[in-house]
Amino acid sequence: MTTTLVSTATPTHAQPAWRRWLLSREAAIIGLLALLVIFAFTSIPNFGSPLTLTYLLRDTAPILLIALPMTLIIITEEIDLSVASILGLSSVLTGVLTAGGFPFVLAALIAILAGALAGAINGFFVTVVGLPSLAVTIGTLALFRGIAVGLLGTTAITDFPEFWTDLARSTIPGTPIPSIMIPFALLAIAFAVLLHATPFGRSLYAIGLNKETAHFSGIDVARSKFLLFVLSGTVSGFAGVYFTLLYSNARGDNAMGMELQVIAAVLLGGVSIFGGRGAIHGVIGGVLLIGALGSALRLANVGSDTIQVITGVLLILSVVSASVLRWARSRRDAALGRRRQAAARATLDTTSTGTTHVP
Amino acid sequence: MTRGLGRILAARETGILIALIAIVIVAATINPRFVTSADGWRDLLLTPSLVLLVAVGSAIVIITRSVDLSVGSVVGLTAYLTGRLFIDIPGIHPVLVFVAGVLLGAVLGLINGALVAFARVPALVITLGTMYIYRGINVSWAGSDRINASDLPSGFRALGTGSIGSGPFASIPYLTIIALIVLAAAAWYLRNLRGGRELYAIGSDPAAAELYGLPVTRRIIIAFVASGALSGFAGVLYAARYGTVASNAGSGWELEAIGAAVIGGVAIAGGVGTVWGAAIGAFLLLTINRALPIIGIDDFWQQAVVGALILGAIVLDRVLAVRRHRQRIAQREETR
Amino acid sequence: MMFALGKKRSALGAAALLASVAMIATGCAANAGGGGGEGGDGATITFLPKNLGNPYFDTSSAGGERAAEEIGAVFDEIGPSEATPTSQVEFIQTAAQQGTDALVVSANDPSAICDALDEARSAGTKIVTFDSDTDPECRDLFINQADAEGIAKVQVDLIAEQIGDAGQIAILSAAANATNQNAWIELMEEELKANHPDIELVSVVYGDDDDQKSFDQTAALLQTYPELKGIVSPTTVGIAAAARYLSTSEFKGKVALTGLGTPNQMREYVEDGTVTAFALWNPEDLGYLAAYAADALISGDITGEPGDTFEAGDLGEYEVGEDGVVLLGDPFVFDAENIADFDF
Repeated sequence: MTTTLVSTATPTHAQPAWRRWLLSREAAIIGLLALLVIFAFTSIPNFGSPLTLTYLLRDTAPILLIALPMTLIIITEEIDLSVASILGLSSVLTGVLTAGGFPFVLAALIAILAGALAGAINGFFVTVVGLPSLAVTIGTLALFRGIAVGLLGTTAITDFPEFWTDLARSTIPGTPIPSIMIPFALLAIAFAVLLHATPFGRSLYAIGLNKETAHFSGIDVARSKFLLFVLSGTVSGFAGVYFTLLYSNARGDNAMGMELQVIAAVLLGGVSIFGGRGAIHGVIGGVLLIGALGSALRLANVGSDTIQVITGVLLILSVVSASVLRWARSRRDAALGRRRQAAARATLDTTSTGTTHVP
Repeated sequence: MTRGLGRILAARETGILIALIAIVIVAATINPRFVTSADGWRDLLLTPSLVLLVAVGSAIVIITRSVDLSVGSVVGLTAYLTGRLFIDIPGIHPVLVFVAGVLLGAVLGLINGALVAFARVPALVITLGTMYIYRGINVSWAGSDRINASDLPSGFRALGTGSIGSGPFASIPYLTIIALIVLAAAAWYLRNLRGGRELYAIGSDPAAAELYGLPVTRRIIIAFVASGALSGFAGVLYAARYGTVASNAGSGWELEAIGAAVIGGVAIAGGVGTVWGAAIGAFLLLTINRALPIIGIDDFWQQAVVGALILGAIVLDRVLAVRRHRQRIAQREETR
Repeated sequence: MMFALGKKRSALGAAALLASVAMIATGCAANAGGGGGEGGDGATITFLPKNLGNPYFDTSSAGGERAAEEIGAVFDEIGPSEATPTSQVEFIQTAAQQGTDALVVSANDPSAICDALDEARSAGTKIVTFDSDTDPECRDLFINQADAEGIAKVQVDLIAEQIGDAGQIAILSAAANATNQNAWIELMEEELKANHPDIELVSVVYGDDDDQKSFDQTAALLQTYPELKGIVSPTTVGIAAAARYLSTSEFKGKVALTGLGTPNQMREYVEDGTVTAFALWNPEDLGYLAAYAADALISGDITGEPGDTFEAGDLGEYEVGEDGVVLLGDPFVFDAENIADFDF
């Protein structure tokens, strides 16, 4: 009789679903978020005020928005570092066009379209020319930001129709939840459905896991990636319009550095930088975790420098822990394997005839 | 001999050197003071020297197929350390300060390298995190204080602003000399010592390098330590040059350094490029900054130019790589 | 892999997320973080300058702290590291959440922080601006260091004197949107046109109150305009950086430099001849006055209407002028003769 000698503990896919979910990265992040909220509620004065929630959601809305397409991009093992620059460019365009007499809605639409175009440029360089997305988006990060700053210099346009700025800052009547959460919720559901419930979404995981295999199984890798970059640009454009209205301020260096915050939050939320793994709810949890942490610490009068350090440590811990867990698991599997091997050899030795080949 | 010459001429480094000279000539034609005034000549050589050091460090890391986003924060932290040492330990010998700065940079680089090599996490993520952490430590240490020029000994500051010789075309700032020495040392290491050449191998094909038996982990750590040490060195020189060190010193330098390296021919995918290229790239980038207003373009457009250059550089790399690939296939067909 | 279970995990995840959000939303019945109470003992006065790490604001905050001690109020200083229009918003929000009684702000932009300030006011916080104003509708009082015309005129007079009333000059400003900078620059341009026809203003560059940037901008100015005879820098960070560059350049003594600077930062350059004279007021007095004004608002002694008067400790009595503006005094000229007498 044969014995499987490379067995491990009960394989992951055979564990009950609830257990699998509970042990997943996403659950860990959401659990951490819940713990943080409870702790902050009880021990940090003023955290429990409705203003906290309003500020938190309103200020992290751009990051929440951009994190959605970023998740998909990172799942396919690419990256888009130019999102904040596209946001800035869209912001500047909104301002310049509005100041130039265009009706605001038209200006905003053009800005969002410009974002899509910028995303298409990224997509072109990555899929058609075949360049690594890290290099391309470092270049476009500078290019788009440079165009934004070049258009406006260091001045800022601060005059926008009150109707729109009020709308951007408003909350859903009767609750402290900002109105921007409605479009965000819709987008989040759309992206979640796209990623988790459509063949296209599943193909993204396949691309991230192994590009060649995906290609040979008939997935149009180039077109998928191109689409993702266009999506990323469009959403960044929309976030740019929102940002402009929120602060009533169109400026070339708006949201400078935000791309790193988005990526940090996405990685914290359980998306693997190697591609092929991640989920929308984890990412939302990651963004809210960093946002709530910052909010709670600021209220506790902790300086933004310490908050920065904590964010960095969290990010490193989250990715290193994945590595450590993998290493620990492989050690445990190896140990288990050796134990079973020894046990099997023992039984084989005591069996008389019919010993089959020991692999 | 002609083949060697031909190879030099066709090299990427020569291309951007020519571009650099062309820009200087154009700017000087429009405003001769760009090079003929003593200040103009000095600033032409001096301003890029600091970023050059950081770019060399970045190039070393990029060659191994990694990236180091934390260099700007390391520069800021060591610059502040420099100021603090001079203030808190009056009469401290400048050489000790240099050693301390380089050491701190090396330690910070070691942390990066260890995390990347042992945890097997992409350097992008690790250095993203350490970028935040080092900058946060810098800000919290500095508080709202800043180092003022008057806190630093004038001899030390003269190092950052003085030159050997005087007048245009006849003087070289001390900083530039130091930067060039370091550059030459780094280039020699990468080309002539086995450790240096192994970095290229690791960058070209990490899996093959490991199978071949190269000490990949050790080399990667050394690359990051080098990057950190060079950034630390640049931080000390930053304090000498600018005199005033605020807690945001060096912020944004990582982009300039990586951009300089990429423009200089160091491929992001690793395994290709030289530190000479990175150095010329740094010179090109910063000279463009200063030449733009003279040519009449608002210097606000500078970053757009940088972005266009980076994109141009990587497209060029790709085109050349494809052509080389086809040439090699054609050659193989021929010799069959 | 686990594609098929994706939906279930998403649902569970979404539920947990919703639970957290609901917790925050529902649990906040109480705690409408209000501000406003009596002044004096225990009132919280928070200073929010353009940016931290700026010696000028270090001095004004020191003045504010001294006043707070005398009043018996609790003093705090918060601020961004960079002087951009939107960087102050998060600090205003935090202050509003914490229920600070008064916020004393020097604005980076006249309108960008208005909405945040209005929200803070509706939460009960009094808003006093100093040094750099916002639009009058979003604050209760503005403490102005000196008449804007006076500030502009004194700098124009100084540079005209130093370059012989003829030649090219440039201005090295702070941030492009700063209210006070733009007000002064405009008035300087008017003054030049009216009274100094032989002086040409060739350029206005922005150093963003960042030392390195101001340093590099000075270098660029001197490169680009070979005929330049004078630089005016109406910002203490700018003039200090420009002086530092000039003192090691070939233009030292040939290009005049003046503007608004602090005696401590400029002393070295006045002594070595780079700078002849410059102006300022006492920022410590400015902060001191602003804190007293804030306290008067908190305790209800004044409401910010023209004609209101209040006591400001050592400085005496002050009256609120038009548009809710309180004037500190006149600008003061520092030169080699008197610079040794001051320490700020």
